[in-house]
Amino acid sequence: MAKKRVVTTKINGRPVEFLCEPRQTLLEVLRENLDMIGTKEGCSNGNCGACTILIDGKAVDSCLVLAVEAEGMNIETIEGVASADGLHPLQQAFLEEAALQCGICTPGLIMSAKALLAQNPDPTEEEIRFALAGNLCRCTGYDKIVRAVQSAAKMGCASAAK
Amino acid sequence: MATAESDKTGLSSKGKYKVIGTRPIRPDGVDKVTGRARYGADIRLSGMLHGAILRSPYAHARIKSIDTSKAEQLEGVYAVITHKDFPDASDKIAELGEGSVNLKHLSSNVLADDKVLYKGHAVAAVAAETTHLAYEALDLIEVEYEPLTPVLDVRKAMQDDAPILHENQRMEDMSPDATTSDKPTNIYKKFFFEQGDPDAAFEKAHIVVEREFTTATVHQGYIEPHAATAVWSAEGKVTLYTCTQGTFTVRQQVAELLGLPLSYVKVIPTEIGGGFGGKIRVYIDPVAVALARKSGRPVKVVMDRASVFEATGPTPGSWIRMKLGVDAQGKIVAGDTEIAFESGAYPVSPIGAGCMCVFSCYDIPDGRIIGYDVCVNKPHSAAYRAPGSTQVAFATESVVDEICEKLGMDPIEFRLKNASVEGTRRVDGVAYPRIGLVETIEAIRDSEHYQTPLAGPNRGRGVASGYWMNAGLKSSVTATVNGDGKVSLVEGSTDIGGSRASIAMQFAETLGIPMEDVVPAVVDTDSVGYTDVTGGSRVTYATGWAAYEAALDVQRQLCDRAAEFWEVDSSEVTYDKEDAAVKGPDGKSFGFVELAEKVTQASEPVVGRGVSNHNEPGGAFGTHAVDVEVDPETGKVKILRYTAAQDVGTAIHPSYVEGQVQGGVVQGIGWALNEEYFYDEAGVMRNASYLDYRVPTCYDLPMIDPILVEVPNPGHPYGVRGVGEVPIAPPPAAIANAIYQAVGVRMRHLPMSPPHVLHEILKKEG
Ligand code: FES
Ligand code: FES
Repeated sequence: MAKKRVVTTKINGRPVEFLCEPRQTLLEVLRENLDMIGTKEGCSNGNCGACTILIDGKAVDSCLVLAVEAEGMNIETIEGVASADGLHPLQQAFLEEAALQCGICTPGLIMSAKALLAQNPDPTEEEIRFALAGNLCRCTGYDKIVRAVQSAAKMGCASAAK
Repeated sequence: MATAESDKTGLSSKGKYKVIGTRPIRPDGVDKVTGRARYGADIRLSGMLHGAILRSPYAHARIKSIDTSKAEQLEGVYAVITHKDFPDASDKIAELGEGSVNLKHLSSNVLADDKVLYKGHAVAAVAAETTHLAYEALDLIEVEYEPLTPVLDVRKAMQDDAPILHENQRMEDMSPDATTSDKPTNIYKKFFFEQGDPDAAFEKAHIVVEREFTTATVHQGYIEPHAATAVWSAEGKVTLYTCTQGTFTVRQQVAELLGLPLSYVKVIPTEIGGGFGGKIRVYIDPVAVALARKSGRPVKVVMDRASVFEATGPTPGSWIRMKLGVDAQGKIVAGDTEIAFESGAYPVSPIGAGCMCVFSCYDIPDGRIIGYDVCVNKPHSAAYRAPGSTQVAFATESVVDEICEKLGMDPIEFRLKNASVEGTRRVDGVAYPRIGLVETIEAIRDSEHYQTPLAGPNRGRGVASGYWMNAGLKSSVTATVNGDGKVSLVEGSTDIGGSRASIAMQFAETLGIPMEDVVPAVVDTDSVGYTDVTGGSRVTYATGWAAYEAALDVQRQLCDRAAEFWEVDSSEVTYDKEDAAVKGPDGKSFGFVELAEKVTQASEPVVGRGVSNHNEPGGAFGTHAVDVEVDPETGKVKILRYTAAQDVGTAIHPSYVEGQVQGGVVQGIGWALNEEYFYDEAGVMRNASYLDYRVPTCYDLPMIDPILVEVPNPGHPYGVRGVGEVPIAPPPAAIANAIYQAVGVRMRHLPMSPPHVLHEILKKEG
């Protein structure tokens, strides 16, 4: 077995150092080594988006990133989205619009939507659909998810997020 | 949007109720949007090992030997198991709520016995310190196979010279002219239903259309792979954490397969990331339990995505011959159909349900239905949302559309003329209670969508209807009234799409208290009464009914306690749900919260109990309209607009009802346009990943407009009908009919993927 490595990152605003094997993905390290189970695994090969996190503000499938590559990166996960003041507008909108059924896709979708709204605070329906196309949801048919993102955008999500 | 439409019908439940029909935030919502909810793979126990499963590379082979010795010797490996670690299972049939299973078949599906019957069939399993190590150990297991010829196509499997999966299988023939044969066959069962004299009726028909249809194998595609974690106690009891549609169903299967007393198996449900019928039968649960027993440590087994596709229960591919005859006025006079479903490696498939659904939408006085359940070298098929209904609706509704064209009749007018109504007797013998099919057809006719003409080249509009019978079955809940005036509602139905809310709302409605004062909990098999699976669209109906009963029980107990406090006879005390108060003589009254507090301090606890076992679930019907645009260069079909009208009985939480409709429609669209198991000749699935299997993404779709029609189910205190399943049935046929309007080709194979559509376009152009 290859030697374990020490990796230093920032996760949800706090410095985090972890020990991992070179073959471990960032998804595996988050879930198994760091016990952060909010990031979900649906396929492990970059096709479902359930494992979406933000790396330096960009939405990324964490199952496609090796943990050792995370050195020096700024990582955001679903666990860091709500603040002490309460839920993020996207989380609130997902609840109000009933944008989840089973909820397994929800953390990934919220991360992708967060990246979108940070970049484009007032997206069209088409832009929302394009930005979320990498996140599969098998329950909702996406209608209410798109509406939730629209409604979060209206709530001024981008400014609230900063 | 949608609900405004249903208000127009005058059938809406709006205004009739305090809680029902409102849209509160679901009780489990915050945990799910913050990543705190625990799903199957999120369980972690101290000392836990990780399991991995060795799977067959062959679609059909005899296992000559398995040598696990090298794997056992690998450092960090704690247990290796094969089929031999399970006791001999009997041929007993276990009822699983939505479908049944032969335990011998189940046992050899979980870990193969003497033969592997599909690529991916589990052969052995390992528990090791890490997942990586467990997978390394799999490479050290030596299996010697004798490959056999696989059979993958349902019609080929029915032929006399087909390779045989089960040497001891003989066909059970339900037709009147049945003959017994002692020949091994892949056909497990032949269904037969007939009413009237269809042959004579066809003779007199004005127009007869007869066509053949085929549909590919498809998967439920739930995003969460199966995951199970087992831990044994020193006294020989086992606890299993699993993401399942039915904890009691898992308990039963695990106990039977491992020869344990039922009560020694405790199943704790995690949250469940989708199921759609695919998380009822067990796959890895008994493996985790057996590995944990052998290793003496807790063991977690999580499936990878490829195994979910290759080795769980997709829904059957099918072949259907459909013949309908009408008179000159457009009234259906006869129907005749033959349906063959691939049940996969083992019987049974949802063919029985397919037979019940095939003519369900129409009044067909003379008809015949023949169904075949056929084994092929694919994974054992399972339920998938209205199991069997989508395949048959594709055939029926496509032929109906062709007949409308030949008659020169509008498809809505035709459906209104022939629709099943209260009292219509289906060909399989069932007579309907009050149903709302006609109302859904009218809702589509009157919708803004249908009233707006569709313009533009290569565009077309299609309509189709569909049916699902829904299920009742058993449910239990208990309700403890707490000193703070809130109620803990304990239930056994795992919540896949908001049922904590829909059950709590019916409970709250019955007591006249706010839904927010009901705190639901989905608990393990030791902590609540028996409850059947979350399936058959039954939970809001049946567990909701149990909650209603529990609330009535709470009412009675509160009245008794108040009578004691007031020192009056309890016959003088009543529960007033308008005011959420207990009322006695001389203007005496206790508010719910006040009495709850008083009871907690000075009386016996109030614990309501509710059970249900009703079987009048009120069938569900839907009628859909879709506009498509076909690219004649590539054959790609784009969905421009989609409206789905459905009789939902009473919409308890309209947002989640709409969500069920939208989600079902989109799964139907995926089935229609993209999804299929693509096998090579050797029986290897070549697209066992989401990328290649291709379920619909956000970018493939428009908004889906639901129209909730409310024709209350007379068989439920609040008129609830199951809503979850029927919306998947109409889309393939509606889209096929729209494609015909757009480019003039009749699609009779699913999926209607670009190559298939293009092929038909080119064929037509010659
Ligand atoms: S788990 Fe990473 S994309 Fe599916
Ligand atoms: S809510 Fe179940 S996958 Fe999206």
